Amino acid sequence: MTTPNSYRTGPDEKGLFGIYGGRFVAETLMPLILQLEQAYKDAKADPSFQAELDDFLEHYVGRPSPLYFAERMTEHLGGAKIYFKRDELNHTGAHKINNVMGQILLARRMGKKRIIAETGAGQHGVATATACARFGLECIIYMGEVDIARQMPNVFRMKLLGATVVPAKSGSRTLKDALNEALRDWVANVEDTFYCIGTVAGPHPYPEMVRDFQSVIGKETREQMMKREGRLPDSLVAAIGGGSNAMGLFHPFLDDKDVKIIGVEAAGHGLKKKHAASITGGRPGILHGNRTYLLMDDDGQITEGHSISAGLDYPGIGPEHAWLHDMKRVEYVSATDKEALEAFQLCCKLEGIIPALEPSHALAHVMKIAPKLPKEHLMVMNMCGRGDKDIFTVADILGVKL
Amino acid sequence: MSTRIDQRFAALKQEGRAALVTFITAGDPDYETSLKIIQGLPKAGADIIEFGMPFTDPMADGPAIQAGGLRALASGQNMKKTLKLVKAFRAGDKETPVVLMGYYNPIYVYGVDKFLIDAKKVGADGLIIVDLPPEEDDELCLPAMAAGLNFIRLATPTTDDQRAPAVFKNTSGFVYYVSVLGITGTKAPDLKSVKANVNRLRKHTSLPISVGFGVKSAEQARTIAKDADGVVVGSALVSAIANSLDKKGKATAKTPKAVHTLVAEIAKGVRS
Repeated sequence: MTTPNSYRTGPDEKGLFGIYGGRFVAETLMPLILQLEQAYKDAKADPSFQAELDDFLEHYVGRPSPLYFAERMTEHLGGAKIYFKRDELNHTGAHKINNVMGQILLARRMGKKRIIAETGAGQHGVATATACARFGLECIIYMGEVDIARQMPNVFRMKLLGATVVPAKSGSRTLKDALNEALRDWVANVEDTFYCIGTVAGPHPYPEMVRDFQSVIGKETREQMMKREGRLPDSLVAAIGGGSNAMGLFHPFLDDKDVKIIGVEAAGHGLKKKHAASITGGRPGILHGNRTYLLMDDDGQITEGHSISAGLDYPGIGPEHAWLHDMKRVEYVSATDKEALEAFQLCCKLEGIIPALEPSHALAHVMKIAPKLPKEHLMVMNMCGRGDKDIFTVADILGVKL
Repeated sequence: MSTRIDQRFAALKQEGRAALVTFITAGDPDYETSLKIIQGLPKAGADIIEFGMPFTDPMADGPAIQAGGLRALASGQNMKKTLKLVKAFRAGDKETPVVLMGYYNPIYVYGVDKFLIDAKKVGADGLIIVDLPPEEDDELCLPAMAAGLNFIRLATPTTDDQRAPAVFKNTSGFVYYVSVLGITGTKAPDLKSVKANVNRLRKHTSLPISVGFGVKSAEQARTIAKDADGVVVGSALVSAIANSLDKKGKATAKTPKAVHTLVAEIAKGVRS
């Protein structure tokens, strides 16, 4: 495989990153997807759109998020100098809001009054419900029945914000099924509905659009690191379910050859048991509008992923990640439930930060590699969400009754 | 090149009536019962048979067909067995057209070239793949045409006059007009808008147009058959299977009969 001049030019006009991506949707949705693609192109070219978004990101979301030197974690691990990109400090507690603000402003531009979204851990659902409340839009969130049970606080948050939470009762009753239900809703309500996808997956132009909105993470990180250390970081580490926080951090650095980039998938109970590591344990297939790495059986039936983290429990991954894996530009590794839980607890004690279980996977990998690296190695880990939503899950596993 | 589908529509045109197209998920509720159901469909009045290829994540299907697919998968159905089912049907019926309907992933994983060779070999005549719009024609549509299989496209209420030429460009066999905005088997079609849309689409294609999604009764079928060249019934038949099962979800002696009785009733509507 030849090395491209730039890793940042995709997708092509068919929405492809190499062989990944595309527009594998029912005909009913195709005209809407083309309309969305055009609307996004127009918005991207309109400085007033970006200005409006920047204003909301600054005053409503609270950007830029800090780039924080995790001093005690660094000392404890005794190697690389570790920074956390603090996207858990955003309004609503995760990176999800970056993308939601962009999409909701776009929906307003397109005159759409009804917003639908899928959610796994509930962070994207909360972010969407938040933005809909802010702009007075109707909001319907699809969430797997299993996820509703393990993320009750977020379900209640969404309801407080005025959203309707609809349980996805089909299939494995988790994130992938919530996506199916949202797509079914969209097919039935094409006239007035905007589908606000929460990750860098789905039919083109979603992977590109969500990446662009999340790239604010990486852009800020570049500037902040230059300011603090006078140079770019040596490595980036981020957790991956669908992969939006990771793509947001990675994308602005893809052409900086000396920056090592690592995505951490959820290995659940272990890669030989139940897990949600689509790249490490899956192969290419077609689901939810795009071709990408998927967890499936020999007959092409999608299998149920497992992760302690509802946000990583998805049997696929964004198509651009699939391509970056094949091109060997990004290294994809995995961390188990157990490793993530250890990282979660260590972070609470050493840094006074309760991380979400999603970035705890990234931190688990940092704990594996940082001790072996020299002290001048600058490592950035994306602290993409806070862990308040996860305390019930963690308490349950630790045998604590709340 | 003329396929069984082309021949069947031509013959029905001579008879002056519309086709009844029936959808059954292959392997629902199990392989043997499914074969019995399908073998009895032509006699009950089906003119064309769609074999649903079950998939775990059928994004365009409503609860009835979702459940049918999961029943089939739970009983061990897979692509090999679906092709075997077509072969078994074809052994006793050389004329009724068979269309394989489903989603792309199981075909992609089976291997596109191998799938087309095997589908042709067992006696399938056409494909309907829900998640392959014309923008993705290189994937399967063009190879299928080259292999001598019809690629039947869905046209929907959102397929406007501007988009219609792209949708029909590589379509053959017939056009499947989706009569509602939504998923299978949930809403009843608005018969007036169906008529208007079928007539609108005729300006763009000379292919026969069959209408489906939400057709449940002989009366609806009768009305649609006045304007369309075919009526597709799916969810209602899959629900008939569901309603005939025992408490454990297994087939009973009544299962094939339940489907055949409903098909016969709707066939009367189509033929009246």
